[in-house]
Amino acid sequence: MRELTRHRLFWPAAILVVMLLANLIFTPTFFRIELKNGHLYGSLIDILLYGAPLILIALGMTMVIATGGIDLSVGATVAISGALACSIIAEQADQEAVGGVLTAVGLALGLSLVLGFWNGLLVARTGIQPIIATLILMVAGRGVAQLITDGQIITINSDPYELIGGGYLFGFPFAVLVVVVVFAATAVLIRRTALGLLLEAVGGNAEASRLVGIRARRLLVLAYVFCAFCAGIAGLMISSNIRAADGNNAGLWIELDAILAVVIGGTSLMGGRFSLAGTVLGALIIQTLSTTIYTTGVPPQITLVFKAVVVTVVCLIQSPAFRAKAFHRSRPSTPAPSEAEVPA
Amino acid sequence: MLRMTGITKNFPGVRALDGVDFRLLPGEVHALMGENGAGKSTLIKVLTGVHTADSGSVRLDGAPVVIGSPKQAQAAGISTVYQEVNLCSNLTVAENVFIGREPYRFGRIQWKEARRRAAELLERFQLDIDPGAPLGSYSLAVRQLVAIVRAVDISAKVLVLDEPTSSLDRDEVERLFRLMRRLRDDGVAVLFVSHFLDQVFEISDRMTVLRNGRLVGEYETRALSRVELVGHMTGRVLRTLEELHAPREDVRDAIASREPVLAARGLGRKGGVAPFDLDVHPGEVVGFAGLLGSGRTEAARLLFGADGADSGTLEIGGAAAVLRTPGAAIGRGIAFCPEDRKSEGLVEDLTVGENIVLALQAARGWLRPLSASRRAELVGKYIKALNIRPGDPEMPARNLSGGNQQKVLLARWLITQPRLLILDEPTRGVDVGAKAEIQKLVVSLAGDGMGVVFISAELEEVLRISHKIEVLRDREVIAEIANEADATPERLLEIIANGVAR
Ligand SMILES: Nc1ncnc2c1ncn2[C@@H]1O[C@H](COP(=O)(O)OP(=O)(O)OP(=O)(O)O)[C@@H](O)[C@H]1O
Ligand SMILES: [Mg+2]
Repeated sequence: MRELTRHRLFWPAAILVVMLLANLIFTPTFFRIELKNGHLYGSLIDILLYGAPLILIALGMTMVIATGGIDLSVGATVAISGALACSIIAEQADQEAVGGVLTAVGLALGLSLVLGFWNGLLVARTGIQPIIATLILMVAGRGVAQLITDGQIITINSDPYELIGGGYLFGFPFAVLVVVVVFAATAVLIRRTALGLLLEAVGGNAEASRLVGIRARRLLVLAYVFCAFCAGIAGLMISSNIRAADGNNAGLWIELDAILAVVIGGTSLMGGRFSLAGTVLGALIIQTLSTTIYTTGVPPQITLVFKAVVVTVVCLIQSPAFRAKAFHRSRPSTPAPSEAEVPA
Repeated sequence: MLRMTGITKNFPGVRALDGVDFRLLPGEVHALMGENGAGKSTLIKVLTGVHTADSGSVRLDGAPVVIGSPKQAQAAGISTVYQEVNLCSNLTVAENVFIGREPYRFGRIQWKEARRRAAELLERFQLDIDPGAPLGSYSLAVRQLVAIVRAVDISAKVLVLDEPTSSLDRDEVERLFRLMRRLRDDGVAVLFVSHFLDQVFEISDRMTVLRNGRLVGEYETRALSRVELVGHMTGRVLRTLEELHAPREDVRDAIASREPVLAARGLGRKGGVAPFDLDVHPGEVVGFAGLLGSGRTEAARLLFGADGADSGTLEIGGAAAVLRTPGAAIGRGIAFCPEDRKSEGLVEDLTVGENIVLALQAARGWLRPLSASRRAELVGKYIKALNIRPGDPEMPARNLSGGNQQKVLLARWLITQPRLLILDEPTRGVDVGAKAEIQKLVVSLAGDGMGVVFISAELEEVLRISHKIEVLRDREVIAEIANEADATPERLLEIIANGVAR
């Protein structure tokens, strides 16, 4: 039992289970999953489906945070990627053409890679602090998205494009399958190559890493590129799901949720050790919370406060220092280093 | 004055202390002795509230006390310098000395006052340090001195010094000892940890020996011999401490006739070290001797490309080389084990095994990971060869004792099988037995044809294993001497003091 509670994924997993069970009280059918016209439906599936963009972005964010950095521009990248894809599709004579949609998707993802490269260069080459370097794109990116969409909300009507964020494949939501594939590919990339080790070394002790000959700059660029790529896919999902590109509101504040997910998942903002599985759990916790607020009908005026309270509690439970204080004998006057994050 | 009884402390998987009794009398210098990982630092951390003991009690002046945090320890009159210097290198020296107890007036911190008082303190220590300069601009040894100054100024009943002398050289040690004696005569109890037996016998009145987390005994220093002490620490009876002998002359000549693995001409860096020439031959151990701040580390860093040289040329294995990054040096078969293991060496978050393979993996690049079996084999081999304890490759490196962390770093570089190994204070914080092991290892590596640059503040050690010695002073190489019969610590010190006619 002690072994179990000490596992680094124990607390995030326990919190998620408790949240899901809490929903059962309000919604007795919460765990029911149905098969309608060959598609899976249910609250759990919804959480996965609506959580897909957040999970993706949080995965990318995990890489960046592991290096000791942070990427505030993911929300802007979401907007740009969606805006570019939708505006290309909208200009096509036949919006249903698969070729055209593929081109749009390819260009949007390509642009996302470029944006990530830009962030990576700023951080790795000029030594600007990551929070500032990515703030540039966070602010400017919204403007770029506006330029692409001409300040309008572009609506589209394209079945192939809608597949990405709203369609089904083999009974599963397509977006969820994308997440599974990206997660699996990332996990293989990280743990089957030495990438994970080297990233953790750079994040854990940058100077020591330099002195063992790790080429940290390349790794940094790679992390930001990967993060932007994930955000780009998320942007496609979000715009596809609402069949529109909204340069102003797409992905707004999602960077904060993503950072929160990473922290709840047990990766320290200081960098170093990271956990992909933890991040997925963290993202699911946040999405479950949003869903819960929605389904249990918390009055809209207090949803933000409610969310903040829950997130604070979650972060406190996650903090070993707090657990030691609350559950074991108290050690007076110890300035407990609280790892709790101020919620968005 | 202070009495700890039945102290037990468990870490996951390790019993670091097992029912240890310990007492400290007023007006004594008490040495806490034991091999690497014996539990010395842990006992100190329990005493100062960093760790909470699982069982046992502490009495101060006869009254039971519960020390739950370093702050409470300070309030109770216990002032500490920890093994790993933990000051803030981005703050100034003065700020570091007064952090947490800044002089206030009208609710505002009097920084001017702090700076003035810091200057006074440093003066009293005869330290030539600018209190307004950021601490990070000074070497590890200076930082250690600042930590000591800080601890001493908190006029305490108990002063705890965990390996304070590990990177100091003779003069500083002497100065520190004078100060410790003065405090002792004022009735302060001084607890002192060191792996330098000479120092321990010189300064301490009594000592407590730990082994594997257990108390071995408490002894009067006067009544104990060196061999007995080592016997208590290791649990084995040693006949004599093994001695290595300085290399013979004919061997030296044979080595010097080989093609040098590294040849530096006029290599230098402004603000680092003045241009110097150096040849290192395969199989040769080159010692760097000099005092604190003499430029030993700076010279080594140039050889490795850790800092860029702004003058001179470098030839490695006969080919001209410009080292802009450590990676370039590593690619040419050079390895460098830095002196500050906490900030420049270890990645504390990673496991022992990961730390050991890090340099090799970095050289292979991320696309060519070591296979799990190969990695386990290599790590296992070096954990055994260097006797790293606990020998669990999955243990986070942070949890190892200081000396064992040092061995991990050594393993990291040995695994890459370099042509030239640069060791900056490789035996710092390493216990007597392991120190002899490392020295023997260096000699045998050189015997197999590796070139070694060996830096140590301990002149005896440099003399014991090197073929030739570069003497540095004021960031300049002032002499190169062959390690002949007349090379003694005294002669080296004389050269350092007066220079030499070549
Ligand atoms: N935080 C920790 N978690 C787990 N194990 C620990 C931790 N701190 C210390 N240990 C273990 O406790 C034992 C005692 O360590 P300690 O640091 O007290 O040794 P030491 O006597 O100071 O050695 P050294 O001379 O090398 O500094 C070691 O086996 C070490 O690995
Ligand atoms: Mg120690």
